[in-house]
Amino acid sequence: MSVLVPILFITVFVVLFGAFLVFVTSKLGPKPKQSDLRKEAYECGLPAQETGSSKVPVKFYLTAILFILFDIEIIFMYPWAVQFADSITQGYGLQMLIAMGLFLLVFIFGLFWEIKSKALEWE
Amino acid sequence: MGSDIFEISVNAVKIIALFLLMVQIVPLLVWVERRGSAFIQNRFGPNRVGPLGLTQLLADAVKFIFKEEFIPEKGRAFIFYAAPVVALLPATLAFVSLPLSAPVNVEAFEMFGQNWGPYTFQFQGFDFGLGIVYVLGVSSLATYSMLMAGWGSSNKFSLFGGLRASAQMISYELALGLSIVGILILYGTFDFKTMIAAQQGALSFHFFGELVTIPFLPNWGIFYQPLGAILFLVAVFAESNRLPFDLPEAESELVAGYHTEYGGMKFNMFFIGEYGHMLVASALMAIFYFGGYNIPFVTPDQLSGFLEGFGYMGTTNSLMTSFILHLCMFLKILFFLWVFIWVRWTLPRFRYDQLMDLGWKTMLPWALANTIITAIIVFVMRS
Repeated sequence: MSVLVPILFITVFVVLFGAFLVFVTSKLGPKPKQSDLRKEAYECGLPAQETGSSKVPVKFYLTAILFILFDIEIIFMYPWAVQFADSITQGYGLQMLIAMGLFLLVFIFGLFWEIKSKALEWE
Repeated sequence: MGSDIFEISVNAVKIIALFLLMVQIVPLLVWVERRGSAFIQNRFGPNRVGPLGLTQLLADAVKFIFKEEFIPEKGRAFIFYAAPVVALLPATLAFVSLPLSAPVNVEAFEMFGQNWGPYTFQFQGFDFGLGIVYVLGVSSLATYSMLMAGWGSSNKFSLFGGLRASAQMISYELALGLSIVGILILYGTFDFKTMIAAQQGALSFHFFGELVTIPFLPNWGIFYQPLGAILFLVAVFAESNRLPFDLPEAESELVAGYHTEYGGMKFNMFFIGEYGHMLVASALMAIFYFGGYNIPFVTPDQLSGFLEGFGYMGTTNSLMTSFILHLCMFLKILFFLWVFIWVRWTLPRFRYDQLMDLGWKTMLPWALANTIITAIIVFVMRS
């Protein structure tokens, strides 16, 4: 637990620092008269079309899901990579290499299938 | 954070000082960026306010503070205001955990009639052995601030900027994560200080079981992982949303991307976040591939012995060693920061589909190939 104390400390400090900056600048700036046109979102001079419930292209969800799959696979490689040199000196490096090779086959197949199925095509 | 009041207060001050260092380097970098771009494009740049335009930064800061407050009518106020604060966090959390120099050993001393035991202060905010995993974890939180800014502004340019930023950052995070697996195989650790310690001295490696030493090259990671270094550099450019990958704020398509509706200090805080990412990326580049705080061919022990020859002993010796190593580290960081600026004014921007293609179809397979080749070479050479 004690290793987390500095992280908590700096997180709280940065949040307070940022909140203080935002608060101070909101108090110090000029206060012009508000009008309807002034409050509108910036859309190059046209009347704003955003109604609050914006639509998000489904493409981005697909990218996010693919990212989660591949990122978890990469995270699995980290402990293997750290242990690899040790296991060579202990004499079972070949087993480690073959095991990771089989895992990478699945990884590469997944990437290939993803490219083939046009999940990554942006028009 | 420490065992007694002295250690705790020193560590707390150290963490805050590192954060303020990150904040304070931003105006300096903006100055370098503006003067540097002027130099590259054969212009003058800011040269009116103060010597060499250096106090332009102060003028900008005053302007940022006294700007008018604005929030779009349909914007979601809490998210809108929280986004710039969140933007500060990931870069700070990552930067504070990086070792910027060798630890400082303080010998036992007496103060206020009390004995204060010997201390070892790390030249980093905190260290809990996870190193690179922690840095990757917190720096990917930057996606949230951009999504919050895009969503909270209720503006279509902002929303698209935020979406693009998040999709781009998570896509390049794969290449980033995979490009350093080679480094992990070589050094066999997550910890930065162990990696840096492994890069001391002259280049030496196992060649079919024999130890080969090349005396005129330093023992830096770039000589083992040239492809990994290039992939890592490209991926951090995309992670920190810098040209040629600044699609989230492409002026010609999206006005200013996710910070279209932001002005004044709130805009500046996004800026601090972006430059903080550049700082973290440069430091990581130095640690992984350019020997960290090592001076080429000189180990920290040799440096400390050299200083002892001048009569500096104990705490003073340790402090001076750390300071000189820190200067060396910062020179390397400044070089990579200059590379960031240099590339920005040299290369044009990508198109969005080209960007995603580069990330998924080029960088990811190459990083994978780098991993496999490294693993096989390490296996063949060491067994």
